[in-house]
Amino acid sequence: MIRTEGLTKRFGAITAVDAIDLDVHEGDVYGFLGANGSGKTTTVRILLGLVLATSGRAELLGEEMPSAGRRVLPEVGALVEGPAAYPHLSGRRNLALFDAMGPGGERATRRGRVADSLERVGLGGVDDRPVRAYSLGMRQRLGLAAALLRQPRLLVLDEPTNGLDPQGIQEIRELLLDLNRAGTTVFLSSHLLGEIEQMCTRVGVLDRGRLVLQAELDELRRPTGRVEVHTPDVEAVRSLLDGVVEEYDAQRLLIREHDPAALNARLVRAGVRVTMLGVERRTLEEVVLAATTESADHFGVGS
Amino acid sequence: MIGVELVKLVRSRRTWATIALIDALPALVAVLLAVTDLGPRPGTGPAFLSAVLTDGTLFPLAALGIVLPLFLPIAVAITAGEAIAGEAQQGTLRYMLVRPVGRTRLLGAKLVAVMAFVVLTVLVVAVTAYVLGILLLGNEHVAGTGVASVSGSSLSTQELVGRTFLALGYAMLCMLGVAAVALFLSTVTESPLGAALGTLALLVASTLLLTLDAADPLRPYLLTRYWLAFVDLFRDPILWRDVLRGVLLQGVYVVVFLGAAWANFMTKDITD
Repeated sequence: MIRTEGLTKRFGAITAVDAIDLDVHEGDVYGFLGANGSGKTTTVRILLGLVLATSGRAELLGEEMPSAGRRVLPEVGALVEGPAAYPHLSGRRNLALFDAMGPGGERATRRGRVADSLERVGLGGVDDRPVRAYSLGMRQRLGLAAALLRQPRLLVLDEPTNGLDPQGIQEIRELLLDLNRAGTTVFLSSHLLGEIEQMCTRVGVLDRGRLVLQAELDELRRPTGRVEVHTPDVEAVRSLLDGVVEEYDAQRLLIREHDPAALNARLVRAGVRVTMLGVERRTLEEVVLAATTESADHFGVGS
Repeated sequence: MIGVELVKLVRSRRTWATIALIDALPALVAVLLAVTDLGPRPGTGPAFLSAVLTDGTLFPLAALGIVLPLFLPIAVAITAGEAIAGEAQQGTLRYMLVRPVGRTRLLGAKLVAVMAFVVLTVLVVAVTAYVLGILLLGNEHVAGTGVASVSGSSLSTQELVGRTFLALGYAMLCMLGVAAVALFLSTVTESPLGAALGTLALLVASTLLLTLDAADPLRPYLLTRYWLAFVDLFRDPILWRDVLRGVLLQGVYVVVFLGAAWANFMTKDITD
């Protein structure tokens, strides 16, 4: 659905995007993760034809961008760096205006499309107040509604849950997963690890304009071959399992062992009180921290 | 896309506020003339103002003469300066382009909307002036004997109407020149105010240089050099020389600045 080769964008002396090779498959919920200023938004803008790449290629739905924009973009819904609308018009009228722009917006069915989109994002009952009077969360929902107008095959969303409260985030997450189940590919760019971890099937990690990691989320979080045991009897476990205990502290041990059930049985037989036991997995946070350098908005001496 | 832009124009409160403001000046002039009965002597002051005291139906022409040199260019500079930069500042430009609306189409639709604004303004001003002229000013309708041209001989009503439309067309072309400059600046900067002020600065500079003898070699190329040539259309016979040069000069400005606007916008990174 999205494929780039050596995609590079320089603004003067600054390289915002540095030789990125993205690969997003159909049906993915792809998490595009990176700190603020790492080049996420610039990449999204290049994909949508808003910014022209310095070098490299970008493909959307199998066609070259930006030259195929007229054919491809009607099947793409986008939210780029926050929603935008005409502040003196109502949300409904804004959507009608955006719907009238570009191909595929037949007048006869416009009212229905607008109502459907508003309904999907939870703004079905919104009154005629101007967008100027909307809260940040309502604007975000309206932006999503605009992206959904054409029932796109691909959604490119930049920080879609920005400004939403926890219930709102949950709602939007459900909506996006629903759309994904119905066949929509979702490309989600965010700096929020939790959001990506909960929704995505694949992740790409951007660090200072470079794609430092791109893999299936399950693969990144596959078991490390160790079992984590929580117990008040740390000493007892250490003497029982001498040699396979790799790390420990006051109430927690990491044990090299592939079969957690057998380990559990053995500990219980030896009279060790176990409060918790489970396969150790790396969290996305650990993976990302290992792959990236320091924060992009950190300017230390000599860095 | 043109339809969308026209809807936005008509539904915007600012459009109507601007038109009302522009309309207020000739209305004020009409009231002052009616109250004091003091017109400028023939040949001085804004064109046709001396004639309206006797024939109020001429007031639309006088009103346009008042509005065209200053008010309308300011309004056009603001409206056209807003065109791209305003959408960029609002963030709506990126959503238009990914809809997708082609960049050339968008620029074209914006230009049409600006010219529609000019037509709308001229229409409102003319209608208001006609009504005010009949109500407040002289109604010694002299259609039978004809109206005095600027040269002194008389013009028939038919001639007058024809020449009025010619003059309006010429004024539109002048405004198109302003719109082209403002539209270009609007693609360069992300501040609508900057684009409008830049255009106004050019207009003021041009007007100023016209009064400066040392700038004589530049004069034939200044944007505002032939703007008032529309008065020549009401001479008998019509004095075509300046009007034709004006058309040519405005044409060059329009082509150059629209071309620059297009070239700049097509390759611009939209990073607002």
